Amino acid sequence: MRTIFKTDYDQDIRLFKHAGYYWSYGTLMLLVLLAPLLVGSYLQSQIVFVFIYAIVGVGLLILTGFTGQASLGHAAFLAIGAYTAAYMQKLGVPFVVYFPLAGGIAGAVGAAVGFPALRLTGIYLVIATIAFGFIVEEVAARWESVTNGNEGLRVKAIEVTGWTLGRDGWAFYYLCLAVLVLVILAALNILRSPTGRAFVALRDSETAARSMGVNLAVYKVLAFSISAAVTGLAGCLYAHKLSFISPEMFTLLLSLEFIIVILIGGTSSLHGAVLGAIFVVMVDPFLTLLKDDLPHLAAGMATTLGAAPGVSSGIEETIARVGGAAGLKGAIYGVIIVVFIIFEPYGIYGRWRKLKLYLDLFPLYKKATFRRMKTYVKSERNR
Amino acid sequence: MSCLVVDGITLRFGGLTAVDGVSFEIEDGEIFTMIGPNGAGKTSIFNVISRFYRPSAGRLVFAGRDITDVPPHAVAKLGIARTFQNIELFENATVLSNLLVGRHRHGTTWPWEDVLFLPKVRRAEYAHRDCVERVIDFLDLQRWRDQLIAGLPYGVRKVCELARALCSEPKLLLLDEPSSGLNVEETDDMAFWIRDIRDQFGITVLMVEHDMTLVNRVSDRVLALNYGRVLALGTPAEIQRHPDVVAAYLGA
Repeated sequence: MRTIFKTDYDQDIRLFKHAGYYWSYGTLMLLVLLAPLLVGSYLQSQIVFVFIYAIVGVGLLILTGFTGQASLGHAAFLAIGAYTAAYMQKLGVPFVVYFPLAGGIAGAVGAAVGFPALRLTGIYLVIATIAFGFIVEEVAARWESVTNGNEGLRVKAIEVTGWTLGRDGWAFYYLCLAVLVLVILAALNILRSPTGRAFVALRDSETAARSMGVNLAVYKVLAFSISAAVTGLAGCLYAHKLSFISPEMFTLLLSLEFIIVILIGGTSSLHGAVLGAIFVVMVDPFLTLLKDDLPHLAAGMATTLGAAPGVSSGIEETIARVGGAAGLKGAIYGVIIVVFIIFEPYGIYGRWRKLKLYLDLFPLYKKATFRRMKTYVKSERNR
Repeated sequence: MSCLVVDGITLRFGGLTAVDGVSFEIEDGEIFTMIGPNGAGKTSIFNVISRFYRPSAGRLVFAGRDITDVPPHAVAKLGIARTFQNIELFENATVLSNLLVGRHRHGTTWPWEDVLFLPKVRRAEYAHRDCVERVIDFLDLQRWRDQLIAGLPYGVRKVCELARALCSEPKLLLLDEPSSGLNVEETDDMAFWIRDIRDQFGITVLMVEHDMTLVNRVSDRVLALNYGRVLALGTPAEIQRHPDVVAAYLGA
C-alpha cells in the first residue's frame, strides 16, 4: 500500500497524486491512441460511441453525481447539440464555430431548464426533466423549417480548412478522444475548485450549503448549464457520427441509457462515466454475439459433449429465440440496474475500488469499510 | 457598537407563536448564551437570525445593517456563520473539503476561471488552505483531515462543524448546542475553544446551550427564554438566582 507523505498544499491540488498515476493513465492513453491501428473498423466505431457516451456521462455526473440533481432529459440536450450542428452546417457555418455553439446553445437551454427546476427535488425533478425531454422531441418533430421534422436531417462529414473528417476515419476518432479528454480535465478542474465544492455541498446538505454562503439558485442553474453544455458538445459529435438525425432518436430511452451509464459506472467519480459508457455501448455487440454466434457455438459444444442431435438443435433454437427476442436489451438493462442498485450502489468503479483496497490491505480487508451508514438526524425542517 | 440587534422578533407557525416579541442586543466581542426549556424558541431565533425562517414581525440589524429581508446565503456572506444542533456536514466529502466549503464566502474566482484552473485559482486555493490549516491546528483536527465525514465519530463531527464555521472567518458565530452529545472531556475542550474563539479571533459568539456548567464557564451574558418570551437577561450568576428562571425550570 502506498502511503503519501504530504509536505505541500499542491499535493492535494494536483490531479496526478503520485507517480503511479502517470504509469496507469499513460498506458491507457497509449492504448487508446494506438487503438485505430490495432482494432477493426467495427470496434473502432464502437469506441467512438464509447467516447461520445462518456462525454455525456461526464456531463450527467456533474449534475447528478456531484450536484445531486437527477435528470432524465439529457437526450434532449444531446438533440439540441445535434440539431444545432446539423442546421449550422446546412447554413454553411464552419465546424470550429458551430461545435462550441452546439455546447453554448445547449448550455443556455440547460440554464433555462434549471430555473424552474430550482424548486423541485427528487422524483418531481425527474418528472420535470422527462417532460422537458418530450417537449424537445416534439419541437424537433414539428419545427420543420429547421429540423426537417420526422424525415430527419442528413449531416455531412466535418470539414476543417478543406480537410474532411469522415465519420469512420481515424481523424474523427482522435477528435472525439480529444474532446473527451478535455471535458474530463475541465470537470476535474471544476471539482477541485470552489465551484465544485459548492456543487458537492448542495448535494449533501442544502441547509448547510446555504448557511455557508452558497447561493443555491446560482449553483443549481450553473450545474444544469454546464451539464447541458457538455452534453450539447457530445450531441454535435453524435450527429456527425450517425450522419443522420431524426426526432425519434432522442427519446426517453436514450436519456435512460445515459442514466444507466452513470449508475452502472458509478456516481462517485468521473471514472464511472467512462466505465459505464463502455458497458452500455458494448451491450450491443454482446447481443449480436448472442443472436448470431452463440446458438451455433452452444449446439456444437453440446454435440461434442455427446448430446443427441435433437437435444443440441433444441439448445441452438432456444438460445437463438432468447437472443432474438424483442426487447431483450431493455430486459438486460432492467435486470442489471436492479442488481447494481442492490449489490453495488457505487457501480463498476466502486467495485474496482473495493478490489484495489482488498489487494492493498490483503489479509486485513474488512467488508464493513464500505458499508453505508444511515443517519436519521437531519434538520429536514429547514429545507 | 452592538454586533447584532434583535428587535421585537415574532415568529408564528399558523396559530402557534414560537417566538413572541423577543428583543436583545449582542455587543461586539461578547459570548452571549440563550437558555430555556425545550420548545422555548431558542433554535427558532437562531433560524430567524440565519434567515431560514422569515419573522412574522420585528427587525434584525447586524453591524449597523438591516438584515431582516436578506436571503440566507447573503447573511453568511455578511459574516454570520452557524453550526447545527443535528450535525449538517457534507457527509460524502473529506474533512478538508468540508472546511474549504466554509471558505466559500471568501471566494474570489469565477466559475469559468475554475474550469480552466488558472494560476489565479491556484493562488486562491493556497490562501484558503492556509486559513483552513490554521483552524485545523486550532481545533486539533490534523489526524482526521483526509477522512470522509461519513466515517467519523460523533464528537469529531461536532468539532468539524465548528471548524467549518470558523473557516468562514465570521464576525458573529452562532453555535446551536455545541456540547450536545459530547462527553465530559470533549465538553471541556469545547469550553476552552469557545473562549479562545472570542479571545484569539475576536469573534462574537451567540450560543444555545443546555449544559449549565458550560454556560456558566464561558458566557458573559445569558438570556433565559420560555414559551417564546424573554424571562430574564443578565450575567450567568444573576440568571441562576432569578425567580422566574427557577420557576420555569423547577416549577413555582
